Amino acid sequence: MIKTDTLIIGAGPVGLFCVHQLGIIGLKCEVVDNLDKIGGQCIELYPDKPIYDIPAVPECTGENLTNNLIKQIEPFKPNFYLGERVENIEKVEKKWIVRTNKGTEFEVSSIIIAAGVGSFEPRKFPTKEIEKYEEKKILYSIKDKTIFKDKTVCIFGGGDSALDWAIELSNTSKVILVHRRDEFRGMQASIDKAKKLKEEGKIEIYTKYQLDSVKGQEEIESINIKHDDESTKEIKTDYVLGFFGLIMQLGPIAEWGLNLDKKTIPVNTESFETNKEGIFAIGDICSYPGKLKLILSGFHEGALAARGSFKYARPDEKLRFEFTTTSKAVKSRLGVKE
Amino acid sequence: MAKITYIENSGNAQTIEVSNGLTVMEGAVQNDIPGIDADCGGSMACATCHVYVKEEWFNKLPKKEDGEEDMLDMAFEPKKNSRLSCQLIVSDELDGLTVSTPSKQG
Repeated sequence: MIKTDTLIIGAGPVGLFCVHQLGIIGLKCEVVDNLDKIGGQCIELYPDKPIYDIPAVPECTGENLTNNLIKQIEPFKPNFYLGERVENIEKVEKKWIVRTNKGTEFEVSSIIIAAGVGSFEPRKFPTKEIEKYEEKKILYSIKDKTIFKDKTVCIFGGGDSALDWAIELSNTSKVILVHRRDEFRGMQASIDKAKKLKEEGKIEIYTKYQLDSVKGQEEIESINIKHDDESTKEIKTDYVLGFFGLIMQLGPIAEWGLNLDKKTIPVNTESFETNKEGIFAIGDICSYPGKLKLILSGFHEGALAARGSFKYARPDEKLRFEFTTTSKAVKSRLGVKE
Repeated sequence: MAKITYIENSGNAQTIEVSNGLTVMEGAVQNDIPGIDADCGGSMACATCHVYVKEEWFNKLPKKEDGEEDMLDMAFEPKKNSRLSCQLIVSDELDGLTVSTPSKQG
């Protein structure tokens, strides 16, 4: 059990800046994110796209912004639990007990949800009969590539993940790459490499095809793929891999008894607390009259949620308002030497 | 101003007057049309505003930019007449446009 003041759910820009705001008022926190890296949508959806509306930063990319925030919160040494999703929360006396899908447990006095539109999950095949094969024969990520050795693997998708794995697995497996159109959107070098492997007969590529059906019992016997012109083709394969990127799902947050308005959590604008005491929501996931889904609004929301958390973490103390320019206490928390 | 008809996967259809300059996605979100999620808010980064455009309209619409086709690779059940509704900007020319939403967005 990890004991700290606050747990932040979501390591996007808003969650990261909230670490800072907690830190300067002397509160410690831990951060959980379902992605395997820090940065949230900024890193997952638009690492290279320029952002123009961060105050005092005329232009930066999602990656720049994330790296700067990581640097800004360094003095507070937060621990990150990446690739973990918070599953359930439970109030025990005055504390919240929080558990993740990997079994990590936290005991905290407040929870700040900065989860954007929810956690990123792989997009799945639309085909109906696939569920019974999922996580065994139909996969959306690869944990152990040795299971594919000397097997046939049919890979769907047209981006870097699909191309990279097609190239990699072609060394040890029979690889068939299927994509819904002729153009691939991965790095040119990977596209060229895949085309070369095709010419050498090391992988098969079918374009303008999508998965139509899967035949088999425990094991996959064969799959049917369907061309744009409605013709179908049967392929014998042992495994099916789908790389269609990630989608955001609200997930377990919906089960915690929080008031919900569509996919957002209503909060009060004084402290960004939800209907549950000690649970705050900031950034894209919170809603209130006048809410703007901007990173800059999320920074403000985090500043207030951090102060709202103080009374739960330090019930016997009074929070003094201090500036970073002048306060000795704040400077020492930031590790600034006078 | 253009009248846009949104047909849900269940078959339920709603026709809404959408102001010029808004996107077909915004017309749906502002009027609580179910089936268009628009998780990324219209920055062409998520493919959850995916719609099917009625055949006779598909060729009349401005062509897709590269980024849109890339995102459609990730949409749920993309078809030949798939578009991202955040990239369809409403104008008088779009009056009468009909789009249908997929069975889900992801």
